[in-house]
Amino acid sequence: MDGDGYLEWMRSEGRIVIVGASLAGLRAAETLREEGFTGSLTLIGDEPHEPYDRPPLSKQVLLGTASADRTLLPRRWAIDATWRLGVAATGLDMAAKRVRLADGDEVGYDRLLIATGVHARPWPHETEADLDGVFVLRTRDDAARLQRRLTSARRVLVIGAGFTGSEIASACRERGLPVTVVERAAAPLVGALGGVVGQVAAELQREHGVDLRCGLMVTGLEGDSAGRLRCAHLSDGTTVEADVALVSLGATRNTAWLAGSGLGAGPRGIACDAGCRAFDVRGIVTDDVFVAGDVARSPHALFGYQFLSLEHWGNAVAQAEVAAHNMISSSSERRPHLWVPAFWSSQFGVSIKSVGVPSLGEEILIAQGALAERRFTGVYGYQGRVIAAVTFDQTKWLEFYQRLIEGAAPFPPAFPMVDHRAEGLRPVPADFPDPSLPTHGPSVTLSGYSPTDRRVAFTPGRA
Amino acid sequence: MTQGTLLRQITDHANRADPYPLYAELRKTPVSQQGDSLFVVSTYWEIKSLLHDPRISSDARNLSPQAAGSLPEQEEEESALPPAFLKLDPPDHDRLRRMTMRPFGPPHTPRRVHNMRGELGRIVSDLIDGFGDRDQIDLVDDFSYPFPVTVICRLLGIPREDEARFHSWADTIAASLDPDPDQDPGERRRGSQQARTELGMYLAGLIDERRSAPGDDMLSALVTDHSPDGQMTPMEVLSTAALLLIAGHETTVNLITNGMLTLLRNPDVLKRLRDEPRLAVPLMEELLRFEPPVQLLPQRTTLADIDIAGVTIPKGASVWLVLASGNRDPQRFPDPDRFDPDRKDNQHLGFGSGIHNCFGAPLARLEAQLALTELARRLDNPRLVEDPPPYRQNAVLRGPRHLNISLDSCRS
Repeated sequence: MDGDGYLEWMRSEGRIVIVGASLAGLRAAETLREEGFTGSLTLIGDEPHEPYDRPPLSKQVLLGTASADRTLLPRRWAIDATWRLGVAATGLDMAAKRVRLADGDEVGYDRLLIATGVHARPWPHETEADLDGVFVLRTRDDAARLQRRLTSARRVLVIGAGFTGSEIASACRERGLPVTVVERAAAPLVGALGGVVGQVAAELQREHGVDLRCGLMVTGLEGDSAGRLRCAHLSDGTTVEADVALVSLGATRNTAWLAGSGLGAGPRGIACDAGCRAFDVRGIVTDDVFVAGDVARSPHALFGYQFLSLEHWGNAVAQAEVAAHNMISSSSERRPHLWVPAFWSSQFGVSIKSVGVPSLGEEILIAQGALAERRFTGVYGYQGRVIAAVTFDQTKWLEFYQRLIEGAAPFPPAFPMVDHRAEGLRPVPADFPDPSLPTHGPSVTLSGYSPTDRRVAFTPGRA
Repeated sequence: MTQGTLLRQITDHANRADPYPLYAELRKTPVSQQGDSLFVVSTYWEIKSLLHDPRISSDARNLSPQAAGSLPEQEEEESALPPAFLKLDPPDHDRLRRMTMRPFGPPHTPRRVHNMRGELGRIVSDLIDGFGDRDQIDLVDDFSYPFPVTVICRLLGIPREDEARFHSWADTIAASLDPDPDQDPGERRRGSQQARTELGMYLAGLIDERRSAPGDDMLSALVTDHSPDGQMTPMEVLSTAALLLIAGHETTVNLITNGMLTLLRNPDVLKRLRDEPRLAVPLMEELLRFEPPVQLLPQRTTLADIDIAGVTIPKGASVWLVLASGNRDPQRFPDPDRFDPDRKDNQHLGFGSGIHNCFGAPLARLEAQLALTELARRLDNPRLVEDPPPYRQNAVLRGPRHLNISLDSCRS
């Protein structure tokens, strides 16, 4: 790294480019200005919209209680930036410090932040995916299209019961629409929360009138002569008639544009250090390329320094703030991104929240409340320590469990608590599916120990 | 300083006007033992952590006999009512609070408080009109006291013709929470007992009426609502209504009075509020930090030994969480003794935190915002007659007994 003189110059006159104009990109830009960066700032985004908030898209927007174009993120700070919206970044020249854009333009930088996020994994069969009535949900335009179509839908098929799929099923039921959910695992949410909690989610869906089919796959989508979706064929030989199908098979990281750039980017994201600096393919940390948000994979001290990639709203904000701070700070002033994973979902009238990494859990203990009442706190144990917790309608205890995770408290917790019931006396297997099976589910992905993991990294081309 | 000395000073009425230097002293030991079985927690992060700790109980039945005996004498309501959710743990607490929340707030009734805005504004205007052309008022007796009781009457659906009786019971009960040393204790207890009994019988009668002829008030909803948790028993409705009255009364009185006192001590802020009423929102949060109406939570106990800040609080101990001290913790709030309505990141403990956080917070905020904004606008050249004003006995629900203000006139 150059001396203090460079940093001073960088802070006052440098050029910072942020690729990705969503939550992480915006919050990073605001943090840069808030911390006194006065140089030029450019935000590049492939969508034509200003930064908007995604959580309402699968909830209020589908219910029709909020409009898709009213989800703009609140601005915390004036950022005085050049916006390049509706133009995707298509390449990176690290030696020349330039980002190539889809319109042929190039933008030079002194410091680059990559926050390109993820896109929804499409239905793998292209002609079937093109049928009228087949949707994915990731962007504001996706949500607006889906919401319009729901007004005339006869039956909605949701393929994949992860968080997004389950939230969509919930919104459809609230609108009174018949819904069939097909899930490859034994229950909804098992990839993220395991089979014990998944069973509760399954009961919740069925109670709310969802036609839930678990342990099955959709083998094909069939259209009518006009190219409109007519039905889906399932792996047990049955057929579901539906005019709307929502493909919620998880997300793919937006790293294809970095192929051949020399950056340590692959289908699982871009590897970076705890200070959000990107690794190149040689496993050497870069000085001028930073990463934040869903597209980042960074090592976490609490979880054995494994590289975590998190599709979590709060992580995007926290990581963007750390990345921005570090971009304009000397090495001794840099901060590590040590955010404890946390996410929330609301579905079928229940507020679900989690901290830590549940999918690491070997066992689960229902520490408070009861599964049967749908109000409980489950604590996950891994090698004799508390590694994660999940609450159904018991959010207010989560902070306590977060501290147990941070302090590597012994599992199972062996002290009396309020609302501790009989089922809280003994842990049971958390029942996560075999991680080697392909799954759309977990919103936390453990992706190995090494930033230069040869099995997955640096595969050129599409993810 | 010997064990318990600080606590005695804090409860000593002589220090009521400014307990904050004592809290600063207390914070030198974040968790300090102040009696055989009494632990006082005074720093922000430690209080916050215990408020979210499931090993902490609000149910006095979990106190060890020793801890129960060592508690300072409290004027407890001696009533046949079951404990309200304030003094219960989950799952009973959660069930009752959930059922009470259904007719009060989101998600079931998101607009209840919002819809009261117009009515609250009218009550405030009427009370200020009542100052007439006097050149001195006692804010407590003339305004802060009657306002919240009227609001609770409207919320619960007490018929207008009965409001005067309701006020007089509320006053008697409130006075018993704040014993006047010159009054005969026996007489006070008999008075309070009688007020409680009369109030209980009155509410019981009203509950019967509402069951057969429900209105759109909260009491009607509590007796007729069929929630997923079932229905409250008549006794539960009664104890819940009494809780709403008592918990929502004195606290709001103090919030408004402390607010006006603080504004009069900071005339620049008072002037700003007059010129930009939108300041009321952040000002309210700063007020809840700076002069919280509930200074401390004295009724928690430990279900297990808890290690915190280098101290082990043993199981069954009584734990006092000094919210007002946590709010002045310099480790959390820069320049904590400065009243700064522009303060950023003001996550104060004024309404507590965790599962027992203030049930009526949205209503209290709105009441006090409307009251202070309107008082700032209408009182012409208000001045404190004495500073500090005389304080109530109560160290927990701390606030002035009188707040005499002289003024040039009252604007319309």
